[in-house]
Amino acid sequence: MEGIAQTQAAERPGGMEGFVADWSSDQRVFKNVSWGKAMMWIFLLSDTFVFGCFLLAYMTVRMSTTVAWPNPSEVFALEIFGTHMPLILIAIMTFVLITSSGTMAMAVNFGYRRDRRRTALMLVVTAIFGALFVGMQAFEWTKLIHEGVRPWGNPWGAEQFGSAFFMITGFHGTHVTIGVIFLLIVARKVWRGDYDTGRPGFFTSRGGRYEIVEITGLYWHFVDLVWVFIFALFYLW
Amino acid sequence: MAHAADVHAGHGAAVHAPVAQEVGQQHPIRLYLVVWIWLFVLSTFSYLVDFFHLQGLLRWSLILAFMMLKAGLIVAVFMHMKWERLALGYAILVPPVAVLIFVAIMVLEADNTLLSRLQFFSRAPG
Repeated sequence: MEGIAQTQAAERPGGMEGFVADWSSDQRVFKNVSWGKAMMWIFLLSDTFVFGCFLLAYMTVRMSTTVAWPNPSEVFALEIFGTHMPLILIAIMTFVLITSSGTMAMAVNFGYRRDRRRTALMLVVTAIFGALFVGMQAFEWTKLIHEGVRPWGNPWGAEQFGSAFFMITGFHGTHVTIGVIFLLIVARKVWRGDYDTGRPGFFTSRGGRYEIVEITGLYWHFVDLVWVFIFALFYLW
Repeated sequence: MAHAADVHAGHGAAVHAPVAQEVGQQHPIRLYLVVWIWLFVLSTFSYLVDFFHLQGLLRWSLILAFMMLKAGLIVAVFMHMKWERLALGYAILVPPVAVLIFVAIMVLEADNTLLSRLQFFSRAPG
């Protein structure tokens, strides 16, 4: 079945003609994409709406308040070796997450080359960067809570700042944490050779494929993608 | 890593006997590294926007431009959307337009709320 579908997909028209033909045909829509990948994309689309609504709620409260909004550049500034660096922690967190996205892309690449060891290694490195990010976020939360930021108020201005901050970064941090767990599980499976031997999974009782590394990667890159928007719209704006 | 790039044989190349399910995304590592460097550069630029205290329209347009460039690179290359068929691309990338429409609606709503607050709840009526 799969084999036939793949062959058909290779012969199908491309471009707009292909777009119409794929959607109008009385079969599966996503021709050369496995169900696992298609479902991950659809999940990510739903997650886009969740984060989209958070950011949009933040925009609404920030635009409608008559009280001045705290300046994120100063709120997230740190004293490093006696130098005052605005927003430095957030910048480092951004670089850490981008680096983890890079190592994730490497893992996917090695996975399709069936390079078991390097794939597992890159997945673990990605997970370490992810954990580092969550750690820095925990530090940031601790610092802000000590300075008196609460979901209902803060010392610098509009009360909505705290609720928007904790909601958006908290939800994103949860995503990163889940991603790290997800990465470690997949790394273990790759290291053990599950995707070479077709060893049945604990949860699905079905053999996995190296494509699972790419699907995990989609989730991880999405987490990085969301951070791009949070960084621009919450921290820099 | 240079030797590994030679293995690149385009879309859907399987290293071993082509099992139907193993249609993967194989691209040269060099491409990922170039995108990675660009993401670093663009992030640095967005940080510098804040560092040099750029204000007003220039600040917002630069922030949004760097944001969209980074998002585009991640989705297109890291998430392989560039090489997927249009049927998947449109199914995923078109629905978020609804969020933008929602943004437009809430901009009007927020302005309305702000004007009401200024007019009726202002401590020092002007």
